[in-house]
Amino acid sequence: MGLGAYVAVSAALFGLGIVAIITRRNVLYILMGIEMILNAANINFVAFNRFGDNGLDGRMFAIFTIILAAAEAAVALAIVLNVFHLFSSVKPSEADLLRE
Amino acid sequence: MIASLSFDPAVDYWLLLAVPGIPFVGYLLQIALRKRLPFGDKLLTLGMFGVMCITVYLAFKAIAAGHHGEAFVQHSVKDGIYFEWLYSGAAALGVDNIVAGIYYDGLGAAMLAVVGIVSFCVHLFSQGYMHGDRRYNIFFANISLFTFAMLGLVLSDNVLFLFIFWELMGLMSYMLIGHFAHDPSNPFFFKWATWASKKAFLTTRVGDVCLFVGVMMFYREFGTLQYTELWEAARVTVANNGGEFPAWMTVAGLFVFGGTVGKSAQFPLHIWLPDAMAGPTPVSAMIHAATMVAAGVFLLGRMYPLMSPEALHVITFIGATTAIFAATIGMTAYDLKAVLAWSTISQLGFMVAAVGLGGVVAGMFHMVTHAFFKACLFLSAGSVIHGCHHEQDMRLMGGLRKKMPITFVCMTICTLAIAGAPFFAGFYSKDAIILAGWANILDLKTFSGWGIYALVSLAIAAAFTAFYMFRLIFMTFFGEYRGNLEKHMYSDALAAEAAAGIERPGGHHDDDHGDAHAEHGHDAPHAEHAHAAHGHDAHAHEPHESPWPMTVALCILAFLGMFGGHFWLLDLPGAVAFWHGAHTWFESIVSLDSLYGPAVGAWAADGISEGILDHSSHIGHAAHVRAVILSLFVATSGIVGAWYLYVKRRDLPAVITKKLDFGYYVVKNRYFIDEAATLLVIAPSVKLGVFLKWVDEKIVDGLVLGIGRANRFLGFFSAWFDRIFVDGAVNAVGLVSQGLGSAFRLLQTGRIQQYAAFAVGGGLLTAAWLILA
Amino acid sequence: MQDQILTWITFIPMLGMLAIVLAPKNNTALIKGITFVATGLPFLLATWMYFSLFDKASAELQFVQNVMWIESINATYFVGVDGLSLCLVWLTTLLLLVAVPASFGINKAQKSYYALLLLLEVGILGVFVSQDYFLFYVFWEIMLLPMYFLIGIWGGPRREYAAIKFFLYTLAGSVLMLIAVVALRLDSGTFSLPELTRLAGEGNLLGKNLPFGGDLLGMRFTTWVFWFLFVGFAIKIPVFPFHTWLPDAHVQAPTPISVILAGILLKLGGYGLMRACFTLVPDAFNEFAYVLGVLGVISIIYGAFVALGQTDFKRMVAYSSVSHMGYVLLGMAALTEWGMSGAALQMFNHGTSSAVLFLIVGVIYDRAHHRDLNGFGGLSQVMPVYWGLTTIGFFAALGLPGMAGFVSEAMTLLGAYQSDIEGFKLLVVLSVIGIVITAAFLLWAMQRVFLGKLNEKYANYGDMNLREVACQAPFLFLCIALGIFPFYLLNWMEPSIKKLVQTLGG
Repeated sequence: MGLGAYVAVSAALFGLGIVAIITRRNVLYILMGIEMILNAANINFVAFNRFGDNGLDGRMFAIFTIILAAAEAAVALAIVLNVFHLFSSVKPSEADLLRE
Repeated sequence: MIASLSFDPAVDYWLLLAVPGIPFVGYLLQIALRKRLPFGDKLLTLGMFGVMCITVYLAFKAIAAGHHGEAFVQHSVKDGIYFEWLYSGAAALGVDNIVAGIYYDGLGAAMLAVVGIVSFCVHLFSQGYMHGDRRYNIFFANISLFTFAMLGLVLSDNVLFLFIFWELMGLMSYMLIGHFAHDPSNPFFFKWATWASKKAFLTTRVGDVCLFVGVMMFYREFGTLQYTELWEAARVTVANNGGEFPAWMTVAGLFVFGGTVGKSAQFPLHIWLPDAMAGPTPVSAMIHAATMVAAGVFLLGRMYPLMSPEALHVITFIGATTAIFAATIGMTAYDLKAVLAWSTISQLGFMVAAVGLGGVVAGMFHMVTHAFFKACLFLSAGSVIHGCHHEQDMRLMGGLRKKMPITFVCMTICTLAIAGAPFFAGFYSKDAIILAGWANILDLKTFSGWGIYALVSLAIAAAFTAFYMFRLIFMTFFGEYRGNLEKHMYSDALAAEAAAGIERPGGHHDDDHGDAHAEHGHDAPHAEHAHAAHGHDAHAHEPHESPWPMTVALCILAFLGMFGGHFWLLDLPGAVAFWHGAHTWFESIVSLDSLYGPAVGAWAADGISEGILDHSSHIGHAAHVRAVILSLFVATSGIVGAWYLYVKRRDLPAVITKKLDFGYYVVKNRYFIDEAATLLVIAPSVKLGVFLKWVDEKIVDGLVLGIGRANRFLGFFSAWFDRIFVDGAVNAVGLVSQGLGSAFRLLQTGRIQQYAAFAVGGGLLTAAWLILA
Repeated sequence: MQDQILTWITFIPMLGMLAIVLAPKNNTALIKGITFVATGLPFLLATWMYFSLFDKASAELQFVQNVMWIESINATYFVGVDGLSLCLVWLTTLLLLVAVPASFGINKAQKSYYALLLLLEVGILGVFVSQDYFLFYVFWEIMLLPMYFLIGIWGGPRREYAAIKFFLYTLAGSVLMLIAVVALRLDSGTFSLPELTRLAGEGNLLGKNLPFGGDLLGMRFTTWVFWFLFVGFAIKIPVFPFHTWLPDAHVQAPTPISVILAGILLKLGGYGLMRACFTLVPDAFNEFAYVLGVLGVISIIYGAFVALGQTDFKRMVAYSSVSHMGYVLLGMAALTEWGMSGAALQMFNHGTSSAVLFLIVGVIYDRAHHRDLNGFGGLSQVMPVYWGLTTIGFFAALGLPGMAGFVSEAMTLLGAYQSDIEGFKLLVVLSVIGIVITAAFLLWAMQRVFLGKLNEKYANYGDMNLREVACQAPFLFLCIALGIFPFYLLNWMEPSIKKLVQTLGG
């Protein structure tokens, strides 16, 4: 299999992630979308590392991103809890204070 | 015994240091402990007794040296005793310094003894006179510090230290004249002392700064302030200048003389001395008659070789003028102390004129004898005033010779002395001055119009002196006692005088400066105040003789007033030698040679008549005979005149004053010099001060404020500009932004997903653009 | 410790200030205690330095510390003292120490007051010990600020006006000074005063390295620098046309601040001229020495006459300062050793005598709450101690021989009269008018306040208390002691003065 297949999977995953972020009503799904986007990027990192001549750099970035994603998820969940506490809902359409 | 005394540097310098030291320590004790110091007055008087003994003992050493014909000059710097003033170890620093030492020569010895004796007598006298005074202790403290300053002045070996003590005396004079200014129980003296003290200090200070300027000038050219070095430098300078004094020396000499004019109350700065009588009488006796005012003459004695002939002419003129004009005023005064004050001014004029005429030794001699008899006169006057319950007006005295016999005898002796009666101290010294005058005009070398003017003035002044002094004696001690006159009778007499235009119109207007007012009729209103202060006790009591401390002091001074001028102080037969042209005791210890050293002495003698120096020469003999005749004549005429007017024909004075009318009015008011000083100097100064204050507030500060205001205006203008244009531009930007913002606002829904959609949309569009382009 | 002694002296008050900031606001006893310690320690150190550590035979800077401070502009922390600055450092520490008990009457915002007082001391001491012009300037400005607040908050009825006037006036001078400093720095590349002096002495400080190459608008670079610096310092002295901030500041300032203002702040001007103006532009100084002499004499006479015209006790004393500081300028301008020594000595002696005078005014103001000279009378009857001390103070101020003021005035005049500058002799002779007028206004004031009929309003006044006497005592002692033993100052100053005069070409 060539690089193209990996990139294709990655692009698909990225597109699904974007769609999830824009369309889903529940903030938890949006978070999942973000995870998907991050993992799409990870696939790209690993794939390009596999086919390129870059030592272990790509893989290191991938691991780094996974760790970041974990941290991000923790922070995001904390935000979600607070949003729920404030608006009694986890729907992003109702949290529109940014407009003010 | 005297002949075996000689100066011993190992001991005597320390004795000389103790001389001013004792009163200084006394001052510190007294001022620190005040009333807690037991017997403070007695202690200080005892100290002064010690000082007197030391000074007299040391003076005999000078006389002994004179007896042996040796020049007696002790300069402690030569013997390694000195005080480095500005810097210590100046030589190592390489900088000019002021070094003070003790200079003790014949003149210094005589003067020191005079100060020692007089101040002891004054201390003694004050125990009785000042008894019961509210500020008794302070008085003794002050008078001790004064004594310290005067003794220090005499012992100084350089003119700057002389100046320091000189000013210190000025301070103590200020404090002592102002003695009653802190004691409202005697309203008249309270008020008078307040401004008289200030007047005295400021008037003398004018002279003092002149002296300082003179010192400055000599210091620049000669680079030293020590007498011996100054004299030598002057001699060398003149020698290098072809025997002529450079012009600057005349100027500098006159500035130095300015100090004498101030301190020795010479015309026109004499105005402070009559008002100095606001102080207690012992103060008048010591400071304003015997010692401090003589310091100016002493200064002339020390600085004589620095005076150019032109400067000496001015000195002669001022001295002679002062002598005669003060004498005329003295004849019109009724206040006992005022007569003596004017007499002091007049006698100081004699001394100054003598120096100007070249008779520097005669001048110094008169200073010494005058100190004794004038101190005695003042103290006698104090005794009279004390006896008459603080009455000072001679018209309210009379007939006191029976009630106060000791005072009467002492005062008469000293009056004879000042009048120049033969065999009294004043005769010798005054004769020496007249002699200097005669010699000056008989010798073609020194002949000038100044000399003639001086001789005539001095002769007339001497006659006047004899006249007003005997007028004083006759009015006070002879006739009937008038102190118990009914008040209204006295007032009538005053009213009659006022009608005759004798009293000054307007009297004493007490404006707020109080400088140099002509003294407030010393005579009449003063007497009234004095009466008011002491209630009617004064009327009820008869005059009485003073207690023993006062009379003892009088007797000591009267004794010296009688014998102080003789050849050897205790050597009466020596008087005979006088007629053969021998020297007096004073002349044997003070001569030009011993005063200024042989080299400078000989040079200084160059400019003066040989007759003064050598009685046996042709001119000397002629001058001597004429001088004795003239002295005797003027003294006799004055005394006889006084006797005729104030004993024989007591109605005549009123007639004469009426005849003289305007002239009498002018003299009575002291030639209006006080008024002139107020009008021409004091008032303009104060006005200038007020004017400059205005200038400072309105113009100088106004300029600053103007700059401030201009800046503030600039600020306001900038603010306006800022508001309209600068801020306007900013606001315009803001308005545009606002409009745009409102438009874009519609896009802002606050929904994150929408924003994300925009972002993705934007990203896709960008990608499409990138790919398609 | 001994090597850093100047730093300690300068910054101990700063530590004290920090301690006061931390102290509780209501514990005034603690605050006063801290202030005492923070002013007392520098005084003790300065005394120790003066009598024991300092080598008075040397003209060189001593206790030098020189470390780089701001590298980019070559500014250093360079401190050191010679005999001249040492005397003034000692006087500063003494005055500030005495200012503490003198301030006990102040009840308003005591914490800030004492903190500012200590900051003021830091500024003043810093100026005297700085040998780097940048550091000098920084301390100069540090000093301004607390003074502004001390007058503006604790002053009299018109305090804001006086404070702003003082601040702006002095700041205007500082700006001129700053311009000159920057120009000197650009020309020479250094801020070090000894270095600048050396360059100037060699004739290498003529503005050749500046863009305009020396001359500007037809005047030489040195002339510009001279006048900029001179005006900057002359405002502080203050010299005749620049003096009008002084009476206002004095009249409005509280007593201890007046004491500091007259006692030290005015000396900064004179010290600045000696240390940081004349030596940097000796040729311009020599050219304009006569003008300076004229300004000095005008200050002497004018100040005395204006004082004569005053009815406000404190204004009178303020103008007497103008008159007395004129001698400083006259003595310096003469460029003779005695003239310069006299000027330096006059600065010190005026520090003590004017301190006494302002304390005297403070005593009566605290009781009567007014200062109108015509509103008193006869006080010597109820306040004899006050009268006695005032007499000493007044006679010290009018230069009575035997007191310190005389030594400095006499030295100044004797020295100035020796000057070879054309026409200078006449100036000196004229200046003695000031002596007479000074005596006149002081004695007149004495008469109006203490003599004459007792004003019944004041008949029950208490005499001076122990605190008031203790505040005046050290200064009165110095006034008398230095009149008799002036070498306790002059010997210390002499080597530096000699060097200064030689540097200037005298």
